[in-house]
Amino acid sequence: MKKFLTGLATAALLAIAPATFAEKSLKMSTTTSTVNSGLLAVLDPAFEKKYGIRMDVIAVGTGKALRIGGNGDVDVVFVHAPTAELKYVASGDFIDRSAVMHNDFVIVGAESDPAGIGSAKTVAEALTKIAKSQSPFVSRGDDSGTHKKEKLLWKAAGIEPKGEWYQAAGQGMGAVLRIADDKQAYALADRGTQIAYADKMALKVIFEGDKALFNPYHVMAVNPAKHKHVRYDLAKKYIDFVTGKEGQAIIESYRKRGEQLFYPAAK
Amino acid sequence: MDYFSHSLSVALELIFQLDPAVWQVVWTSLKISLMAIVIASAMAIPLGALIALNEFAGKRFIQQLLNTLMAMPTVVVGLLLYGLLSRRGALGDLGLLYTPWAVVIGECLLIFPIILNLTVVAIQSADSRLLPTLHSLGANRGQTMWMVLSETRFAIMAAVVVGFGRALGEVGAAMMLGGNIEGFTRTMTTAIALETSKGEFELGLALGLLLLSIAFLVNLFLQLLQRRAV
Repeated sequence: MKKFLTGLATAALLAIAPATFAEKSLKMSTTTSTVNSGLLAVLDPAFEKKYGIRMDVIAVGTGKALRIGGNGDVDVVFVHAPTAELKYVASGDFIDRSAVMHNDFVIVGAESDPAGIGSAKTVAEALTKIAKSQSPFVSRGDDSGTHKKEKLLWKAAGIEPKGEWYQAAGQGMGAVLRIADDKQAYALADRGTQIAYADKMALKVIFEGDKALFNPYHVMAVNPAKHKHVRYDLAKKYIDFVTGKEGQAIIESYRKRGEQLFYPAAK
Repeated sequence: MDYFSHSLSVALELIFQLDPAVWQVVWTSLKISLMAIVIASAMAIPLGALIALNEFAGKRFIQQLLNTLMAMPTVVVGLLLYGLLSRRGALGDLGLLYTPWAVVIGECLLIFPIILNLTVVAIQSADSRLLPTLHSLGANRGQTMWMVLSETRFAIMAAVVVGFGRALGEVGAAMMLGGNIEGFTRTMTTAIALETSKGEFELGLALGLLLLSIAFLVNLFLQLLQRRAV
């Protein structure tokens, strides 16, 4: 009995240990929107196939994705928070920052639009209307790129969002859309995730089109001078791929329910 | 209720279609939990016997400590190990963060106190005539330990099963240390968390059902082993 168990355990260890965890790969931290929108599910396999490199993608909020990269725990970072990105570049954590694509943010909400933001001229006006009417608003509250953007927009509107109507969920874009949908609340969302979730929720795009809602995505390599172990060669290949002809064509042609989610930005 | 029953039928479909993505996740979960349980058991069971069979100062304190550690929140283990395993951390050079090994280590830390504590309790509550009998038969320490362990093997196996269940069903440490990387560190629990946040209720439910079925099968298997051993 004991022997049998010991044998079983050893066999399990031997079978599992060497083969599975050894493989080399390119590690990337990224925002949830690139994954939740489904884009990386078509972009990355093309790269993996071309170079025979496995991609390990860690999808978290942009804030955390940047920190993971700054700690040297990944090789490449794919995010959307230009101000924060430039800070990391200035401190020498990342190099080769390149524009990949862009889309825009939208404010989603119940079709009845209780705060009447559909007629607003600017996003500042829209947010003011939400705050004035105390209409429920669900914030990411997770230091993600979308959350950073949202904070900037409130600030620009001269409002400090506070009170029962303003709820910080502390979760990813998809989760926040679900929560907002349940509460019939407003929320700021990136267009990519909004389109990807459109058929799973009753929320509609209520406000869009202000230039302040521009949402650019950049890819950066973790600086090998700062973190010796990073696979800069692979990171560079990835950056060249997504900003190159093939990657840009995949981004251009990526559609969900017939709608384009991202617009290629590389020159 | 309609929504739920509809999701349930889609979930069952996904399971029985043998969707490769689903099975990859199941396999990753099993691998990680099995390794964690083997490593943790190999350390905790002998140590548990040592603690139970010897009297020493601070024994009560150790047992209290173990009871406390059994309630350790999984994210705390995740957080501690994250600090250690990150490239900035003390063990950063090993490059273990965001690999299955990091998750294995995390689960090990979580279930080690459980197995240890339950082993100590199992031995302490064994037949009180066992030790005097072994002594009078002239057993040395090693022989005593072996006999005690084999006398209490069912209770200890139950401890192992509890530990395995905890490792298999745990999500906090797995998410923080593994990073939920598809095909690499995505376990059943982190996949459920992801699919739920994506609003893919059916897939989350399918994985939840699988998790329960696997726990059931493992328990069944161990029960059969016990029967054979009797």
